[in-house]
Amino acid sequence: MTDAAPLAIETRGLDLWYGDFQALYGVDVRVRAGIITSLIGPSGCGKTTLLRCFNRINERYPNVRTGGVIRVLGEDIYDPSVSLIELRKAVGMVFQRPNPLPISVYENVVFGLRVHTPRGELKRAALDEAVEKALTEVGLWKDLKDRLHDRATTLQLEQQQKLCIARLLPLKPDIILMDEPCSALDVEGTRAIEELMFELRGRYTIVIVTHNMAQARRASDECVFLLLGKLIEHSRTADLFLSPKEARTAEYIEGRYG
Amino acid sequence: MSAAPPAVPTRFVRTAHVARKERAEGVARFLFFLMAAAMVVPLCAILGYLLWKAAPALHLGFLLDVPKKGMTEGGIWPAFVGTLYLVGMSLAVSAPVGVLAAVYLNEYSRDNAFTRAINLAVINLAGVPSIVHALFGLGAFVYAAKFGYSILSASLTLAIMTLPVIIASTREALASVPHSFREACWNVGASRWQTIQAVVLPNSISGILTGLILQVSRAAGETAPIMFTGAVFYKAVQRGDLFPYRLDEQCMALSMHLYTVATQVPNVQEAIPYATAVVLLGSVLLVNATAVTLRVWLRGRKRW
Repeated sequence: MTDAAPLAIETRGLDLWYGDFQALYGVDVRVRAGIITSLIGPSGCGKTTLLRCFNRINERYPNVRTGGVIRVLGEDIYDPSVSLIELRKAVGMVFQRPNPLPISVYENVVFGLRVHTPRGELKRAALDEAVEKALTEVGLWKDLKDRLHDRATTLQLEQQQKLCIARLLPLKPDIILMDEPCSALDVEGTRAIEELMFELRGRYTIVIVTHNMAQARRASDECVFLLLGKLIEHSRTADLFLSPKEARTAEYIEGRYG
Repeated sequence: MSAAPPAVPTRFVRTAHVARKERAEGVARFLFFLMAAAMVVPLCAILGYLLWKAAPALHLGFLLDVPKKGMTEGGIWPAFVGTLYLVGMSLAVSAPVGVLAAVYLNEYSRDNAFTRAINLAVINLAGVPSIVHALFGLGAFVYAAKFGYSILSASLTLAIMTLPVIIASTREALASVPHSFREACWNVGASRWQTIQAVVLPNSISGILTGLILQVSRAAGETAPIMFTGAVFYKAVQRGDLFPYRLDEQCMALSMHLYTVATQVPNVQEAIPYATAVVLLGSVLLVNATAVTLRVWLRGRKRW
């Protein structure tokens, strides 16, 4: 990759072990800012593990050891002066199953703001504005503006997943990590989330894990192919699917294994 | 390629608010740790105090000897064996009934009015105070069933008292076996009973046994139910005799004996009540330790 575009995420020699099992082997990946990058590969290849490295959420699990360098927005995130709280504010995550908190839609959206702002400094008007802005950005405002005080867990799955994305936005994140965000959704829901990703593209750097190759092809600008914990190929999505450089990539996208 | 990173980070720096949050986090963590650690203090205090006070009487002879001189001297053998009888008998009744009932409730029953009634009964029975169980035992076993004041009546009363908790803990153990194991079994055409034998029980046995053993220690410590139904102040027994009682006789018991020597008998050697308490507590802790060891061992053998 020789483009001059700024890098959102960069890893060098990233190794990761779960106990004795090594899940990532010397991964060097450069994720460019402002585009959609998808991580693909067969089950167990380390896609999700890699994704979870980017905001250090792996650390909450016992027995995880990491080696190598991870830079997010140019910053070594293992530098002792880095605040985990600020890092996670800048690098948000959306999970496989929508996980809205069992509180109102409104409170879900402002949850992050409340966590990150000293009590008393939050004005009602600012919160209202943040909710409208975030819900508008994910395309939920029209449907939900009269249901802001409904419990978020009563929404349809697709709306819940959009809400989970909206929940990140008031914190003005730079990067949004998505771990198979459509796997619990039906065709319409999947289409809606993919369209939303295109809406958000440019303002945010999006990294999406998917085991659906068609989705990677439809919805991403660049594609990273992982196999057994190693990065095999990283190129523009069109190039990766039309003229893969590695034989293993070609065989995977042809469906010879996986 | 990326530009060389600046020496001093400029992103993700601690703001004053973040620093405050991290301090609050530290305080909270320490406080919670303190509370968890505080759990150990009462146990150590009780054990230490008892052992210190009981020291003069603590030797093997105390366990094997019978009480002498109007219970002011001697040992506690009759009470110790009596407790073994009562607990053993009650478990012999409550364990099979409780485990089988739990298997039915967890594996066979559907969610209908009848099951809900049983569940309600189990929950409420578990909340009944032991003195009420005692009175029930007195009415039902001593008088109505005409077992008289006897080991049998007392054991049955203890069994009734421990049954609901055994049912609850067994159900929990059964419910912790993943449903997918049962589906795997049904899918090759196993009947429910075969599934229970082959998959459900082997994988929940550690939880079931732990629940049972914890009830052993509870039954050993109860005084009220046996006081009303079959425990006596004193019974003449040979030193070290393993089978001193018949089931239709009354017996002595540790918990009752402790009450007696501590409050009812004048001029007891000071160490005797404490030593009795040490034996009772020691037996209970031993039983609990067995439960933990057993669970660890059985856990180690199952992998999922």
